[in-house]
Amino acid sequence: MADAVLEVQSLNVRFTTPDGPVQAVRNLEFRVNPGETLGIVGESGSGKSQTALAIMGLLAANGRADGSARFKGDELIGLSDGDMNRVRGAQISMVFQDPMTSLNPYLTVGNQMRHVLQRHLGLSRGEALRHARTMLEMVRISEAERRLAMYPHELSGGMRQRVMIAMALSCRPGLLIADEPTTALDVTVQAQILKLMRELKSEFNTSILLITHDMGVVAGNADSVLVMRDGECREYGSVDKVFYKPADDYTRALLAAVPRLDEAMPERLATVSAPPTELGAEIAAVEKPRTNHAARQLLTVDGLGVRFRVAQPGLFARAQSLVAVDDVSFELAAGETLGVVGESGCGKSSLARAVLQLIPTASGRVCLLGRDLEQLARRELKNMRRDMQVIFQDPQASLDPRMTVAQIVGEPLNTFRPDLGQPERNERILSVLLRVGLAAEHLNRYPHEFSGGQAQRIGIARALMFDPQLIVCDEPVSALDVSIQAQIINLLMDLQVERGLSLIFIAHDLAVVRHISHRVMVMYLGRAVEVADRQSLYEHPRHPYTLALINAVPIPDPVVERSRQQQPLSGDLPSPLEPPSGCGFRTRCPHAIQRCADERPLLRPVGKSLVACHRAEEIE
Amino acid sequence: MLRFALKRVLGAIPTLLVLIALAFFLIKAAPGGPFDTDRRLPPEIEANLQAAYNLDEPLYRQFGLYLGGLLKGDFGPSFQYRDYTVTELIAAGFPVSLRLGGLAMLLAFVVGVAVGTVAALKQNAFTDHAAMAAAMIGISVPNFVMAPLLVLVFAVTLKWLPAGGLGDWRNFVLPVVALALPQIAYIARLTRGSMIEVLRADFIRTARAQGLPQRAVIIRHALKPALLPVISYLGPATAAIITGSVVIEQIFGVPGLGRFFVQGALNRDYTLVMGVVVFYGVLIVVFNLIVDLVYGWLDPRVQYQ
Repeated sequence: MADAVLEVQSLNVRFTTPDGPVQAVRNLEFRVNPGETLGIVGESGSGKSQTALAIMGLLAANGRADGSARFKGDELIGLSDGDMNRVRGAQISMVFQDPMTSLNPYLTVGNQMRHVLQRHLGLSRGEALRHARTMLEMVRISEAERRLAMYPHELSGGMRQRVMIAMALSCRPGLLIADEPTTALDVTVQAQILKLMRELKSEFNTSILLITHDMGVVAGNADSVLVMRDGECREYGSVDKVFYKPADDYTRALLAAVPRLDEAMPERLATVSAPPTELGAEIAAVEKPRTNHAARQLLTVDGLGVRFRVAQPGLFARAQSLVAVDDVSFELAAGETLGVVGESGCGKSSLARAVLQLIPTASGRVCLLGRDLEQLARRELKNMRRDMQVIFQDPQASLDPRMTVAQIVGEPLNTFRPDLGQPERNERILSVLLRVGLAAEHLNRYPHEFSGGQAQRIGIARALMFDPQLIVCDEPVSALDVSIQAQIINLLMDLQVERGLSLIFIAHDLAVVRHISHRVMVMYLGRAVEVADRQSLYEHPRHPYTLALINAVPIPDPVVERSRQQQPLSGDLPSPLEPPSGCGFRTRCPHAIQRCADERPLLRPVGKSLVACHRAEEIE
Repeated sequence: MLRFALKRVLGAIPTLLVLIALAFFLIKAAPGGPFDTDRRLPPEIEANLQAAYNLDEPLYRQFGLYLGGLLKGDFGPSFQYRDYTVTELIAAGFPVSLRLGGLAMLLAFVVGVAVGTVAALKQNAFTDHAAMAAAMIGISVPNFVMAPLLVLVFAVTLKWLPAGGLGDWRNFVLPVVALALPQIAYIARLTRGSMIEVLRADFIRTARAQGLPQRAVIIRHALKPALLPVISYLGPATAAIITGSVVIEQIFGVPGLGRFFVQGALNRDYTLVMGVVVFYGVLIVVFNLIVDLVYGWLDPRVQYQ
């Protein structure tokens, strides 16, 4: 075997904290061979990012690494900052998770790229800018010259990550460390970026250390896999071995917890149930029939539109109107779940807020239990709110950090039942807390003392206080680890069965939506492009955008991933301020014809689905 | 951006009107008048003087006349310095005050940012604590205490610098330092806080991961964002420097606008006081506008509306 690009031996990372020493990485060993991609997989807190930072010498001030990490034979651990600076960016470079915060918002793309080149390659300013331009072209950025003068906020998320990659590869490093490079991106953009990384890897002859929590991403992109938990290696081997013959319980649990698009669905998602220190994997799929479609109509949304005014620069420019939701209609029966899927900016959150009357609607009607919410007086609307509740995406950010759990969960009681005495209040609060899997001892704690999954349970408890008929879940699991996601989804499904709840479940992740939804609505640029029951949507996607979304989801199966036709959607979402004429999707659609530009397709029945596409019948 | 500037200038007009009205009626409400002297003037002469300066008119008419004059750019004649118009007095005093205030501002900015940055880099080390303790003193000691102390040490005891008056650059050192000290302290604290926050940002980690040395990371990547809060403070800082200079000019005997202001107020020189108030008001408005524009230039994400 050729000499390793990176060889890590008995690596430890320790932090001194006010609460005593914490060991983030324990005795880690691995190697990355030339041209190889090693995937490091783990959930948050597993130490995977700290491993990368330790190799780069970028640990926080209270962190210390010991052991050995050799890059092409040279020891990196313990190197002085000056020596390390000759390695960083030049021979080992790094791409981070969030391209918005990881690029300097105060500098143009060209200037940021130029600094690196001038430092490591000793280029002049002009040469460096020329080289930067070439790099942008290599990461398939159009109009590279113009982009150099732009600031990061003027670029789309996908384009920003391309810039990060261009910057990282610009000095032709031997090793690229990518720390969750696609986690912050939409699924179609993720597919683009992953494809780009695969192509560039051979073009630049670079080895890659790919850090991710997503088994699907690993399956299609890594040659070897290292599974980490609590700072330790749980499993290390070739990708096929880890996926098909996992030796460790945790690996098996992790694989089972991922909702998959390509398989028949289990009724419940398997969960990794043990708290992160002691593992007892419970992979039993509990059989439980789901009650379906009670006939009673709960919610009717008819021609709903939401608009925002966006001020324009310029002396005499008039504020422009941004159509966030455009003529969306749907119905929801009692006990039913409607999944709403689309990429960021498609209007799914605006739709949620408009349904709940949290933002004003521009047109259309929302009727809950036969009553038009807009016609209601404020008092009546307030009373209706008992029946329509909401769960938000970021459980930590959506809970008041200065209120205890009892106060948060009990707050609806102040509004609707101020007459209740203290013992009765406490009893009610405790009963919902117990229902969502929390305990009495949690009552007087504050949100920051909880993990993400527990915090989301608090949010669910608050929503459940008055036994609502409808809960709008706005990306409730997007911020959570895979195993925790499964727990929350299972909880929501149980609650639905138990109480006949109706759910609107918003997500960008098709796999999660598939699991919980009876029907799914796909949105693009504020419009519904396809509405279908779950089975038809996933088995016979009719709209080219639905198909593209499904194809973009990575599947945690190396063989399937390798054999898949990788043809990610090109381009980005068009600006909602200047939507394309006719069909909004035509600018990215492989099947677009002239008619798509001339005439806006309306939702119409095709097979068992409702599809807004002129060519739905021709495309299979 | 042009629209923003225009809107801001137009928006300042009501502010200035309120300011003018307040100053006008307050000074009229103060007992005494511009022609009170030790020897009582004969009533006829006083009546003539009153009439000559329109002081016999009802108050609202006087206010109207004053506003009318302002619109034409006429601050009126000074009551005290009989041969000069207020405009001429401002033109004589302002260059001196501008030099004093401008130098103080420059000094405060440069030293404050430098001290703040060093403190941030040595966070919680001795340098940091020492610098911040000094800054705390700078903020809490008022400049009318600091100024005599400086004179006592550097002029009276050490005899390095003159205690006052107007001459070469050496006369400026003590007043500029006395004026700048509280601002240095404040800016240092601001810079330290924002620098510490910026250094934790993801894009600083990116810059480090690219192998840029500490100096380049600070100067090219961290300084600009860290300066933003300091820039927005420069608006209020101007106001502070202006009020400070009124005291400092008095203590060091610098013949600037501040001295005219104090003299004018003591002598009930209505037009002079009003003129200085309006002038300073406009100055502060304009400076705040400039600060906002600079802020937008530094932060490309700011959109003017």
